[in-house]
Amino acid sequence: MSPLTALQPGQTGLIHQLRGGHRFVSRLAALGFTPGAPVTVTRNRGIGPLIVTVRETQVALGRGEAGHVMVYLEGEGDATVSQG
Amino acid sequence: MQRLARVESEAAAPHVGECVTIKVALAGQPNVGKSTIFNGLTGMNQHVGNWPGKTVEQKTGGCARGDKQFDFVDLPGTYSLTANSVEERVARDYILHERPDVVVAVVDAAIPERSLYLLAELLLLPAPVVLVLNMMDVAAQQGIQVEPRVLEAALGIPVVPMSATKNQGYEALLDAVVAVGDEAYPYNPHRPVILPAHQTVLEELITWVAAYVPKPYPVDWVALKLLEGDDEVVALMQSALPDEVWTRVHATLLRHEDAILDIAGARYAWIARMIRAAVVRPKVGQMGLTARLDRVLTHPVWGTLALLGVLAVVFWLTYAIGTPLQGGMEDLIQQGAEALSAGLQGVLPLWLVALLADGLIGGAGMVVTFLPILVIFFAVLGFLEDTGYMARAAYITDRFMHAMGLHGKSFLPLLLGFGCNVPAILGTRIIETKRARWLTILLAPLIPCTARMAVVAILAPVFFGRAAMWVAWGLVAVNLGVLAVLGIVFHRFVLKGEQSMFIMELPLYHLPNARSIGLYVWQNVIAFLQKAGTVILAAAVVVWALSYFPAGGDVTQSYLAWIGRGLAPLGALMGLPWMLMIALLTSFVAKENTIATLGVLYGNFETTLPALITPPAALGFLIVQILFIPCVATVAAVKQETRSWAWTLLSLGLMFVISLGAGILVYQVGTLLMRG
Repeated sequence: MSPLTALQPGQTGLIHQLRGGHRFVSRLAALGFTPGAPVTVTRNRGIGPLIVTVRETQVALGRGEAGHVMVYLEGEGDATVSQG
Repeated sequence: MQRLARVESEAAAPHVGECVTIKVALAGQPNVGKSTIFNGLTGMNQHVGNWPGKTVEQKTGGCARGDKQFDFVDLPGTYSLTANSVEERVARDYILHERPDVVVAVVDAAIPERSLYLLAELLLLPAPVVLVLNMMDVAAQQGIQVEPRVLEAALGIPVVPMSATKNQGYEALLDAVVAVGDEAYPYNPHRPVILPAHQTVLEELITWVAAYVPKPYPVDWVALKLLEGDDEVVALMQSALPDEVWTRVHATLLRHEDAILDIAGARYAWIARMIRAAVVRPKVGQMGLTARLDRVLTHPVWGTLALLGVLAVVFWLTYAIGTPLQGGMEDLIQQGAEALSAGLQGVLPLWLVALLADGLIGGAGMVVTFLPILVIFFAVLGFLEDTGYMARAAYITDRFMHAMGLHGKSFLPLLLGFGCNVPAILGTRIIETKRARWLTILLAPLIPCTARMAVVAILAPVFFGRAAMWVAWGLVAVNLGVLAVLGIVFHRFVLKGEQSMFIMELPLYHLPNARSIGLYVWQNVIAFLQKAGTVILAAAVVVWALSYFPAGGDVTQSYLAWIGRGLAPLGALMGLPWMLMIALLTSFVAKENTIATLGVLYGNFETTLPALITPPAALGFLIVQILFIPCVATVAAVKQETRSWAWTLLSLGLMFVISLGAGILVYQVGTLLMRG
């Protein structure tokens, strides 16, 4: 499991959880960041905000915010399930 | 469509003669074309104000068709209906308390999944909903097939396909609103349900709170919002429930703190079921226009260069086209004032003629000459906004804004400030947290507006001849430098607290709509003209009176001169005679007054001034002038938006000290250097 900020442009992760205050979770959930939803990173250059695509929508996310979105890389989630 | 009275109060009688009035609320997420639909329905017959007690814009309007009269309220664009933002509270409070006959939910047919989320929330409120699938043309272009009839069958509510920018679907929308309003439509919505895992808890909550839920809240909705952890509903029920029930409820809520994610997840699962048969997407393959443009426009290097290029074009267009027009209007107004004063000579008392010609037309008329520049500036910004580019500009500037504890969303209001500071301050409403918003409001007056730049454009050549251009650029740089330093200082040392979140949708690019841009220009210009027509007009008359009385026209013997001589010691620190201090003071009314005052005090100041003050004093004056306290209209806007005298006075005091400090510094250091 890794934060969204660890993904390279072009990589897709499946949302596992949102770590943060209630407001933060509620706002992102409304935009479609719910567990299991695929998120693709479009822009991430190590500093500054990211651009990600979730549910057909491009969203700019501050680096701090993106760091609180935990995802499984594709394949990683299945592995966890089969081991568990 | 015929003209209607304003729909400010919702107490209006439902029956006007034989005409039946249907109260309609327009709801939708941002960027789904809701405003276009509202404008299409109401035309110019709309009223823009504030929601009572809130600094959230409220648009109301109406139209009539046959024996039906439609009163529309444009709810703020929101992604959901929790209590996370003022906009969301305003939207849901309106539906709960004002009970519209019909709610029209607008979704983007090109991204139905995301934009239907709001519908999932709206269906839980006690008002029938008509769904508009807007941007059908855009969806078709992208190869997305949407079947309104299939979606209608799945949802059990009317679904109207529209392409609002192409004027398609308005009649069908009104038909559907009438059918639902008359209960002629078999309205039987299929509502989203919660995950089985939370079903028991929800039912438990419902039984506990049912007897205590105050009107007009629906019990099911209150229970669900409690489970979502909605601040406002939690507070509402904490005070409504007896202590022992609240203790039980509270304990349950603590055990299910993460429920919001599951509830949102269940809503998206419901949406997926609803659209499964109704929406067919093309196989992912070719890259869309948006993705291709964004390869450049959001690129860290190319995107920044593109933004600088865009800004250069914005300012070039504004000034290249606007400045000659402004000059023309200035001549016209001056001729008008002269003609008026010649015509009235002898008819009216001398002082009254002077008041009309110099005070009213000279003062407020000067402000009006800025209209061409403002119209062009707002038209270009409206164009950029409507295409979807502004969100990219916010993304690109985010990292620069971070140093000041702000983020990209503060960029747009600050950019507006280059036109006029008043719309800039009103524009800070898009910023979610109070801290970031107030800081942006504090910084906005440091953006040199067109009026201040006009003063520089006239005075810099007088003092510095061919170097004027460089002086002007230098002054803008000084302004922005002071803005950055002040922002960083306030962020680091004064305004402690959490940074606001940067979460912003980047909408798809699309062709701009002339009507939307027109209305954008119209609304911004009206805001400016209202200030010019009231605050500035009144202040212009006061300044005129101070310069006219008691000597009856001899400025050097007026009250104004008397005040100016009192300021002479302060002026001496900057090497400035009292006339220039007066020019500075009158700029408080409107920035361009500086020029008018110099004209009154010196006559032909272009030739006389350079001989009277030294180059360091001249540079100091230009710096004080551009950093000086904002005009009275801007101050009024700061007060109106913050509702805080303390913050308004702080803003005034800071600008006063910074500008005079900078002026004194430049003059003293400059004089030393020139001696050495």
